[in-house]
Amino acid sequence: MALEFSEEARNELAEIKKRYPSAEGAILPCLYLAQREFGYISLEAMQYVAEQIGVAPARIYGVATFYTMFNKEPVGKYLVQVCMNLPCMLRGAGEVFDYISEKLGVKAGETTADGKFTLMKVECLGACGNAPMMQINEDYYEDLTPEKVDRILDGLK
Amino acid sequence: MGEELILSKHWQTPESFKISTYLADNGYEAAKKALGMEPGDVCQTVLDAGLRGRGGAGFPTGRKWMFMPKDDRPRYLLVNADEGEPGTFKDRDIMRYDPHMLIEGIIIACWAMGANTSYIYVRGEFAEPARRVREAINEAYDKGFLGKGIMGTDFDLDVYVHMGAGAYVCGEETALINSLEGKKGQPRIRPPFPPQKGVFDMPTTVNNVESIAATPYIIANGAEAYKKYGTEKSAGTKLFCISGHVERPGVYELPLGVPLMEIINEHAGGMLDGRELKAVIPGGSSTPVLKAKECEGLNMDYEAIAEAGSMLGSGAIIVMAEGTCMVSALRVLTHFYAHESCGQCTPCREGTGWMDQIVNRIINGRGRVEDLDILLSICEGMATNTICPLADAAVGPVKSFIEKFRPEFESYILEQKEPKASPFAVKWRK
Repeated sequence: MALEFSEEARNELAEIKKRYPSAEGAILPCLYLAQREFGYISLEAMQYVAEQIGVAPARIYGVATFYTMFNKEPVGKYLVQVCMNLPCMLRGAGEVFDYISEKLGVKAGETTADGKFTLMKVECLGACGNAPMMQINEDYYEDLTPEKVDRILDGLK
Repeated sequence: MGEELILSKHWQTPESFKISTYLADNGYEAAKKALGMEPGDVCQTVLDAGLRGRGGAGFPTGRKWMFMPKDDRPRYLLVNADEGEPGTFKDRDIMRYDPHMLIEGIIIACWAMGANTSYIYVRGEFAEPARRVREAINEAYDKGFLGKGIMGTDFDLDVYVHMGAGAYVCGEETALINSLEGKKGQPRIRPPFPPQKGVFDMPTTVNNVESIAATPYIIANGAEAYKKYGTEKSAGTKLFCISGHVERPGVYELPLGVPLMEIINEHAGGMLDGRELKAVIPGGSSTPVLKAKECEGLNMDYEAIAEAGSMLGSGAIIVMAEGTCMVSALRVLTHFYAHESCGQCTPCREGTGWMDQIVNRIINGRGRVEDLDILLSICEGMATNTICPLADAAVGPVKSFIEKFRPEFESYILEQKEPKASPFAVKWRK
């Protein structure tokens, strides 16, 4: 079955395109829409985005693979990203990661068998004043303690 | 905290992000005042105030605005909210707690440059700050502060949020421009400079969030009022981000020129658990590290830090206590730069990878003493040999860590046979 945006996403894309003097300005926003609609950016999704913007699929492939926030593989319902840069490491991020890895039973880049969690190590997320921290989907969780990590992860259904 | 705050003055107010809160403190009066001034005079006032780019480069903001050509092409202001330099987390708070100060600054800047469109390029991970900014933009449209004929003038201004997607290099202004055009975030060769040919081939200025947010105060109170803060050459206040081994990490707004040890010992509550200071990265991960001794008596302004052999950068102070393994700390940074090199220039693409491999080899107990000189020679080959400053940014920590902590690197190489058990001098699980 060919991929297709929902009506809502089609309308959003039409609005987004008005913000830029050239359709190419809408490439990144359109990739985000595709990720929201299709779950991740497959080759087919890239093809679809290319058609919406009116550029060659190779152009979209280059862009989608350049930026880390476009998932080229399916990810779990919750994408858990632990910041591993220096300010966080100085506050225990290495242990935070090991703790979560052990708790979920997955290594960096892996997804739990039930498809609920994908765990990743990421670079600075710009919240160093509240280190250690992690991002789950869109939300930041800061000043992490073991108890807090338990509460957060156990609270996700 | 400082005596009078400029950028962070509303942060403690409940619902500080709402337009009603902002208007209650003379919000948008500076924009109204600017719209009654000649655009050139607005640029001149910002120049006279001595405001320098807060993203890291420290270039005079008013001068940057004056570079915009006066022809009839559409002009753009791009606001750089791609906050990604490790240790930096100030623009996030401006956007979360006072987005209207940013929007008012955008109105002032766009009027000064004759730009009718502004994009705020927010790093992709900043969902919450972006949401606040979008809500604030909507409120400003509803009040007639944005849109057609703003504030009763015939000046049109549209402002949009544009999300990045996880590439550190997009904080470099020409990479940001390419990214906004839906390209890979790879920096452009200059010339042409953005004012001649920027986004969508049109005249463009890129300013950091903090620089733009400082302009309402300058316009409302005049250049002299702003210059009361700071030093002669580094005027105004700065949002200092302090992280690492201190009791109270966070963002502190202080006049430029404040002593580094005052920030650590007073504002940030001193060293974590009363430990001894070992080293400080004073301006974000790419600025050369300073040993504890070099921090004594050091003032946080552009000139004083340059004199000490480092840079003010984005004002991101990363504090390391005694017990921190400098080899392990460096490895975090070499990994970061190898990961973030855009791959366009050979010295950076290959150099950052080599540096990371060598430091990783040392970490794992397979290093050789001559590796340190190899690392330094790679630095030589990278610095200033690339299109953008990412290579120089990667060189900053490598060169300074080795030069300042060479005995520690050597003893690690000679004695360590495997990675250290607790290299960052912190226990997370108490």
